[in-house]
Amino acid sequence: MDEIFGIPIPLLFGQLLLGLINGAFYAMLSLGLAIIFGLLNIINFTHGAQFMMGAFVAWMLLSLGSADAARIGLALLLLPLVVLLLDWLWLKLRLAQPIRLGLGVFVSAAWIAACFLENGGPVARALGAMFPNGLSYWWALLIGPIVVGASGVLLERLMIAQLYKLDHLYGLLLTFGVGLIIEGIFRNEFGSSGLPYRIPPELSGAWDLGFMFMPVYRGWVVLAALILCLATWLVIEKTRLGAYLRAATERAELVQAFGINVPLMITLTYGAGVALAAVGGVLAAPIYSVNPQMGVNLIIVVFAVVVIGGMGSILGSILVGFGLGVVEGLTKVFWPEASATVIFVIMAIVLLTRPAGLFGRA
Amino acid sequence: MPADTTMTAGAATGAPEFQGPAAEAEGFWGFSRAQLAALGVMIVFLAVAPFFLYPVFLMKLLCFALFACAFNLLIGYVGLLSFGHAAYFGMGGYVAGHAAKVWGLSPELAIIAGAAAAALIGLPFGWLAIRRAGIYFAMITLALAQMVYFFCVQAPFTGGEDGIQAIPRGSLFGVVPLNSDMSMYWLVAGIFLAGFLLIHRIIHSPYGQVLKSIRENEPRAISLGYRTEDYKLMAFVLSATLAGVAGATKSLVFGIATLTDVHWSMSGEVVLMSLVGGLGTIFGPMVGAAVIVTMQNYLAEMGAWVTVIQGAIFVLCVMVFRRGLIGEIGNLLKVKL
Repeated sequence: MDEIFGIPIPLLFGQLLLGLINGAFYAMLSLGLAIIFGLLNIINFTHGAQFMMGAFVAWMLLSLGSADAARIGLALLLLPLVVLLLDWLWLKLRLAQPIRLGLGVFVSAAWIAACFLENGGPVARALGAMFPNGLSYWWALLIGPIVVGASGVLLERLMIAQLYKLDHLYGLLLTFGVGLIIEGIFRNEFGSSGLPYRIPPELSGAWDLGFMFMPVYRGWVVLAALILCLATWLVIEKTRLGAYLRAATERAELVQAFGINVPLMITLTYGAGVALAAVGGVLAAPIYSVNPQMGVNLIIVVFAVVVIGGMGSILGSILVGFGLGVVEGLTKVFWPEASATVIFVIMAIVLLTRPAGLFGRA
Repeated sequence: MPADTTMTAGAATGAPEFQGPAAEAEGFWGFSRAQLAALGVMIVFLAVAPFFLYPVFLMKLLCFALFACAFNLLIGYVGLLSFGHAAYFGMGGYVAGHAAKVWGLSPELAIIAGAAAAALIGLPFGWLAIRRAGIYFAMITLALAQMVYFFCVQAPFTGGEDGIQAIPRGSLFGVVPLNSDMSMYWLVAGIFLAGFLLIHRIIHSPYGQVLKSIRENEPRAISLGYRTEDYKLMAFVLSATLAGVAGATKSLVFGIATLTDVHWSMSGEVVLMSLVGGLGTIFGPMVGAAVIVTMQNYLAEMGAWVTVIQGAIFVLCVMVFRRGLIGEIGNLLKVKL
């Protein structure tokens, strides 16, 4: 038997696998959104741009030796990390807040100006000289989330933190604007056609499963996403840190009264959510072409996923993410025209029957 | 749902505002003296501008101004941030274009058809979206609008990537030809003014007072016996319909309806226009639309930098400039504009 309901088995399973991969990204992104929303009460509209930045960092690391744009881009993207590290140092040296701020502005300005010197300035040239063959995919999995997460921490400290007293919608508008800025800059520098990123040699090739060929990399993405999601869930549900986090989500003031540094926790939570998006971006780089719009189109679907799942439960958002990816894949087999809209239709049905979402609390 | 906070104009304008009956009774048609003066300035501008500025540019500006006013009806007076208004704007444009080109309807009927289409989409979408408030409302409207976008990419009547091209302007009521930009301008200016006054009238009607009470304190409005869901849905449909009128008019002006107008970035643009002008002000959306459209016009050759600048304006407005242009002016002059 080669067919199920008149559909060839390889096609069916191929689409199922694709659906599972999309689902992996939905799960990772909606998980990050849910964590951020839980503590900060804002919807992070920049999430798509941060996902895209993760993919671009992977590309830049690999092309350090070969492309000017990669060297300069990475040098600029390292700035938030450098500023944060220096600021931490100055804090240890007990410098006053205005002085730290002034130094931060000065370092940033000098750093950016240096990147516009000949050949991308000293940092970019050093990067190119140190890694003429670029840094591999595995380094990107480590460095990508750190670099992008640091930019998230800076964004939270400098801007989002100013808005907590205000209506939550301002957070949405701010992050939307930041997303536009990031996307626009990347589109200017790298065009919108997309850059190729090769599958790492360790993960190339395919397994013969008997009924279909399974590319190793795709299996790896699903596995990695699952591990990452479950690890996040374990941290939040089973560790002391997670307990603080859950407590702060319920009653931030009370947790702070117990002597826990809630503002720091909020900042780090935002950074972690952003880092999760960046890991997603690195994982996505070899599958989708690396282009400035890759995040935005995904994030709107992820919003629908979030509405369907409700943001009350971490496990719920993981399950719903994977599940909807599979549903989308199956729709592609049985009714291709509807595959782009099926998730939105499901969202409408869920809103009719359970307005708070499948796992949400009203 | 008290847990879902909505954006109140109190937060937007920085000042608690309560319009008692006494404030309502002042002035003419619900306009205060300052607003009447501003209205006078606006009407004089509409009458004089086409003799100094390029009419097609002005028409584009007025279409977006009406669009932003329609959007502002929801955010400013009901406290609902819709992030999917492009769906009604774009769909109104497509249906009006189709009606004028394929069915051969006269322009006024084509615009009515576009508005009706927007209302027909707005009704079920609004019905779904008002089940949640705040952030969720924004996400739901955005997702539903994206569904419309994908529909427009695939549906045969929209022409996919090409859009509907060469839409004829036709003759108003079958007698007044609109081929010249000047005659078209007067029609567009008339439509804008009618839409503007309609929105103003809605806000200052007893119905509008109920809307504002929902914005300020929904549970209390419910406890007073108002069926707030019905009120919110009606406001949503009205807003969608007026957005449809704006989109329909725009497609007749330019003779083209494309995917740009249903894309999510258009939804973002209308949010930006209202934010720049001042959320919850009467004249703000129009001024915001003028600023953004002018900026796009002059920076068109800068490509993706326009996106960056728009993003920067978003950030600037949210961080330091939450009242918007008109809100700040009104605050300086101590009047409500």
